[in-house]
Amino acid sequence: MSNWERFVDAFFNARVMARYFPDIAYGTLVTIELAALVIVTGLAAGLALALLRSLGFRPVNLLIVFVVDLFRALPPLVIIVFIYFGLPSVELSPSGFVSTWLSLALVLMAFSEEIFWAGITSIAKGQWEAARSTGLSYGQTLFNVVLPQAIRLTIPPLTNRTIAITKGTALATVVAVHEILGMASSAVSNSYNPSPLTLGAIAYLILFLPMVIVGRWLETRMTWKR
Amino acid sequence: MKNLGPRLRGGDSSALPRLVVEARGIHKHFGALHVLKGVDLLVAERELVFIIGPSGSGKSTLLRCLNRLEEPTAGTVVIDGVDLLDARTDINHARQRIGMVFQSFNLYPHMTALGNVTLALRKVAGRSRAKADELGRAALARVGLADRAGHRPGELSGGQQQRVAIARAIALEPRVMLFDEPTSALDPELVGSVLGVMRSLRESGMAMVVVSHEMGFARNAADRVLFMDQGVIVEQGSPAAIFESPTQQRTRAFISQIRH
Repeated sequence: MSNWERFVDAFFNARVMARYFPDIAYGTLVTIELAALVIVTGLAAGLALALLRSLGFRPVNLLIVFVVDLFRALPPLVIIVFIYFGLPSVELSPSGFVSTWLSLALVLMAFSEEIFWAGITSIAKGQWEAARSTGLSYGQTLFNVVLPQAIRLTIPPLTNRTIAITKGTALATVVAVHEILGMASSAVSNSYNPSPLTLGAIAYLILFLPMVIVGRWLETRMTWKR
Repeated sequence: MKNLGPRLRGGDSSALPRLVVEARGIHKHFGALHVLKGVDLLVAERELVFIIGPSGSGKSTLLRCLNRLEEPTAGTVVIDGVDLLDARTDINHARQRIGMVFQSFNLYPHMTALGNVTLALRKVAGRSRAKADELGRAALARVGLADRAGHRPGELSGGQQQRVAIARAIALEPRVMLFDEPTSALDPELVGSVLGVMRSLRESGMAMVVVSHEMGFARNAADRVLFMDQGVIVEQGSPAAIFESPTQQRTRAFISQIRH
């Protein structure tokens, strides 16, 4: 067997790939589920915190900043392990899936809150004054004038951060979630062949490349001339 | 909201012109800084009051107190019979009656000209989208921009943007319009179009308070000119009186400065 043949046999073994394709496909579905939950809840919580922060209650804001800094500083894997192995000692036993979802959503919440907040504060004071001078309330101004502009500004950093954190779903393999990497790893141990990892990598590409492309498209579409 | 009804002064509307702005004893502190030191400003219906003065004299702050963008530290502000500083007053409702135009236009960049004009019509005045669009187009026509309804602010010149900003305010049918240096951010060749719109507004009988350096406009459009310095109204009178024969030394110094 030449080196090249050995390489192809190791990473592109058609027989092994066909054998474990259903497993990887199942793992892909789990990853999609996990990723969707993380994105929706993480971004929603981040936006909610940013809106809460915009009200300017000092004690609340100090708490928000503390929580946000905490989850930005901790490695996601540490949070996952903490929730999965730590919480059972207080009579809570979240599954690996829930632990990963919570952890990544908290991290995405923290980062996206900072990004949304930066977007909101970057909108000129004159926008608030113009809107308020026509009788719009604080909330109406926030939702009709400030947020639409702020969210456009935040789309590039938000997309990058969301992709980076969502890729962390692979960490779930540590707490025995049957997502792409978990399924691929066990397929590798069962088949003594790393080809399932190739399948897994392809699955990740199929999942995340469109996100990268949609993010780029949104960036160009969401700008306007000043 | 009983305090929103019209209030006739002295019981006889024909004898005295009705006041749309009654600001009395306005003080404003910014920390240790005493910016307004007991200013009275009364503006009657159809009257154009022009405020001049050196920068830092408090003219813009006074204007911003009239719609409570700044909270006066003391004093009363009654607009069209509504006490703005009364805790029971719905400030958002009252502000529809007070149009404001800013130096930097402050148009919403993500909306079209028509969107800018109709936002408050829909959200505050409660008009349907169709009705708001109709009123919005009429307001844009009044400022000569009927054909720019679908343009974003970024696609308009500074003068056009400021006229959209005026349309946004007048669409709500305010009782008084406040202009805070409306032409200061404009290239000289664009100033005329904005002043033209202000002149036509004036001819339609809109009460206006204008803070500006456009002395030519003050001369031929203002009913009354106020000279402010260091937080007080130093002198006021007809444009001719203020510009030709000011009685106060500070006014004279300022007028001769801006002439040269």
